[in-house]
Amino acid sequence: MAPSISVENLSKRYELGALQEETQLRAQIARLLRAPFGKRRPREVLWALSDVSFTVEPGEVVGIIGRNGAGKSTLLKILAKITYPTSGRVKARGRVAALLEVGAGFHEELTGRENIYLNGSIMGMRKREVDAKLEAIVEFSGLRRFIDTPIKRYSSGMRSRLGFAVAAHLDPDVLIVDEVLAVGDADFQKKCLSAMHELRGGGRTVLFVSHNMAAVENLCSRGIWLAQGKVQLDGPAARVIETYLSSFASAESASADLANVADRSGSGEIRFTRVEFRSTGGEVQTVTRSGRSVVIRLHYHANEPIVRANFALRLYTELGTLVTATSTWLHALDIPLVPAGEGYVDLEIDALNLMPGRYYLSLRLASVIEQRMYDALEHAVYLDIEEAPIYGQSRRIDSRFGLVFFPQRWRLDGIGRSATLEVSRAADV
Amino acid sequence: MREWISEMWRAREILYFLAWRDVIIRYKQAALGVAWAVLQPLFTMLIFTFFFGRLAGIPSNGIPYPLFSFSALVLWMYFSVTLAHVGNSLVANSNLVTKIYFPRVLLPAAAALGGLLDLLMSSLLLVGMLFYYHVTPHWTMLLTPVFVAQTVLLVLGLGMLLAALNVRYRDIKYTIPFLTQIGLFVTPIIYPVTFLPQRFQGWLALNPMTGVIEGFRACLFGGGVDWNVLACSWVVTLLLLLVGGLHFRLTERVFADVV
Repeated sequence: MAPSISVENLSKRYELGALQEETQLRAQIARLLRAPFGKRRPREVLWALSDVSFTVEPGEVVGIIGRNGAGKSTLLKILAKITYPTSGRVKARGRVAALLEVGAGFHEELTGRENIYLNGSIMGMRKREVDAKLEAIVEFSGLRRFIDTPIKRYSSGMRSRLGFAVAAHLDPDVLIVDEVLAVGDADFQKKCLSAMHELRGGGRTVLFVSHNMAAVENLCSRGIWLAQGKVQLDGPAARVIETYLSSFASAESASADLANVADRSGSGEIRFTRVEFRSTGGEVQTVTRSGRSVVIRLHYHANEPIVRANFALRLYTELGTLVTATSTWLHALDIPLVPAGEGYVDLEIDALNLMPGRYYLSLRLASVIEQRMYDALEHAVYLDIEEAPIYGQSRRIDSRFGLVFFPQRWRLDGIGRSATLEVSRAADV
Repeated sequence: MREWISEMWRAREILYFLAWRDVIIRYKQAALGVAWAVLQPLFTMLIFTFFFGRLAGIPSNGIPYPLFSFSALVLWMYFSVTLAHVGNSLVANSNLVTKIYFPRVLLPAAAALGGLLDLLMSSLLLVGMLFYYHVTPHWTMLLTPVFVAQTVLLVLGLGMLLAALNVRYRDIKYTIPFLTQIGLFVTPIIYPVTFLPQRFQGWLALNPMTGVIEGFRACLFGGGVDWNVLACSWVVTLLLLLVGGLHFRLTERVFADVV
C-alpha cells in the first residue's frame, strides 16, 4: 500500500529581518536609488527545516515533538499546503484536514451555526455534508443553547469546542493537528482525545504536534523528534519521548549553568546565569528529596539597571504538566531596581511535597510595568526529586501514587469502636 | 492546469460561503441594513445634481441630470467600494490565509461577488428612476449586464493585482481610496465625454471605466457610442485580468509567509 504521507528532503528557509525591509516601498526605492545595480545586503538565514524525510503509512498516528522553534509548526504548515517548501517534496493521499488552530476562520459577527457552515466549507466539506452532520456537530460541541448567538459573545473555550466539533466531523483521510488540546477544559480535552482515538481506530492517518507528552504517548504509536529543523529521532513513541526528555539540561542535578544556553528568548538586558539547589543551611545540595526543604537560587547578570523586575519560575512534570507557577510578583514583592551586575534571588520551599521523579523548571525574567520579557528559558533545568520516607515509614513512594502528597495522618481510633461498646456492655451485665 | 480547474470547480461552494459571509457581515448590526446600498449612491446623486447639474450647469446629453449621474454611479459605486474590499481581501483574512489551505483566489473573487448585492439594490432604484422619468424602453437595455460583467472582471483583475501587492506592501491600502477618488473625476460620471476638449478624450478612453459607463448609458438611453472607446476598454480590462491573475498565481505561494 502506498504511504499516506511522504516527505522527501524537505527544506524551508526563512530570511530573518527580510520582511520588514522588503515590505516598505520607501526602503525599496531608497535602496534602488542608492545602488541601482548593487547586490542586496546578505541576510541572516534561518533553516526552519533542513532535509527532512519520512513516510507515514495509512492508519499510523504520529506525534511530532521538539522544542519551540524546532520546525514542528513549519512542517505542519507545509503538509497543510499553507506554505511552500524551499526545496523537497511532500505528498499526501486523500482528503487532508489541517487543524493548526481551532476555529481558524471563524468570523466574530457570525453565529455558531453560520460559522459551522463557513468553517466546514473552507475546511473542505460540501454543504450537503454539513447539513447532514450539523446535528452531530452541535451535539459534540455541547453548545446547543448558544448556537444562534454570534461567536463574539463566546468565551475562548466555547470557540475551541465549536472549532474542534467541526474538525472532528471532517472525516479526513489525513488529519493534521497542532497543539489543539492546550485549550478547553479537561472534559472537552477528553472528548477531543477520544475523537482522535476513534479516527485512529477508523484507519485514519493522524499527525499530532503537542507539548503534552502524556497525550502524545497515549495517542501515538510513533514519534518523530525534530531538533533545529532536522529529524533527530524517529521510532516508537515511548522511546522517542524518553530520549527527547532526557536530552534536556545536561548539567548535574545540583546546579545548572545557564549563561550559555542558546535556546532562550527575551530582550536580554538581564539574563539568568545559573540555577543552584541549596539546603536551607545554605550549602549546595546534590540530592533533593521528597517532602524536604530546598532553596532554589537563581543567579542573574544585568547589563543595565532594571526597574521593577519580576522573577518567575514554573515547575513541570516530565510529561509537561504544570505543577506550580510562582513569581515575585505573585508574592506582591516589589523590586524597585536591580542594579547592573551579578546577583541572585532565592526561592525557599519549606516542604517539596512532590512524588519522586524528574521535574523541569522554566524560568522567566520580565518587567512588571511594561510588556517586556527580558529572559525566558523553557524546561531549561531539571530537578530530580529522590525518594524519601515521606510518611514516616519507609515504604517506597513514586509517581504511581500521584503527583503530590500532603502532610497527613490516618487515625485508626474508630476501628472496632462499636465492637468495643458491645464488649463493655457485655461486661456491665 | 486541468487540476487547477477541477480544484476551482470543487471550491465553488467555498466561494459561495465566503461571498455570503462578506454580505452578511457588511450589514450585521447596522440598523438600516441593506438600505445603505441604496442610500449611498442616492445621496451622492443628489449632491452631484445640485452642484454639478444645477450650479455648475454641466451638460448631460439631454438626459435628466439625476438619471445621467445615477446611471453611472450604480456601476462606479460598485467599482470603487468593491475594489477596496477586493484589494484588502487577503490582508483582512490573514487568519484564514495563514491557517487553512484553500485556493487563495477565492478571497478576492468572493469579495467581488459579494459587492453585487449592493449593485442589485441600487439597480432597482435605477429602474424606478427610469420609470419616473418616462424613459422609453429599448431592446438595448438587455445588453446592460454585459457592462456589469465587464465591471466585475475589471474589479477582479485590478483587485487581484492590488490584493497580492497589498500582502507585501501595505502602502496599497492607502493607495486604493486615493485611486478611486481620482477615478471619480477621470471617468465620465459627472460629465459626458464630449464635455472635455477633444485632445483629452483619447486619454480618457484609456480608463477602462470610461467605456463601461459610456456603453452602459448608451444601452439605457440610446444615442451613439464610440466603438473605439468600448474596444479600448475591453482590451485594458482583459489585460488587467491577465496581469492580475498571473501576478497572483506567481506570488500566492508566499502569501502565508509574508502576510
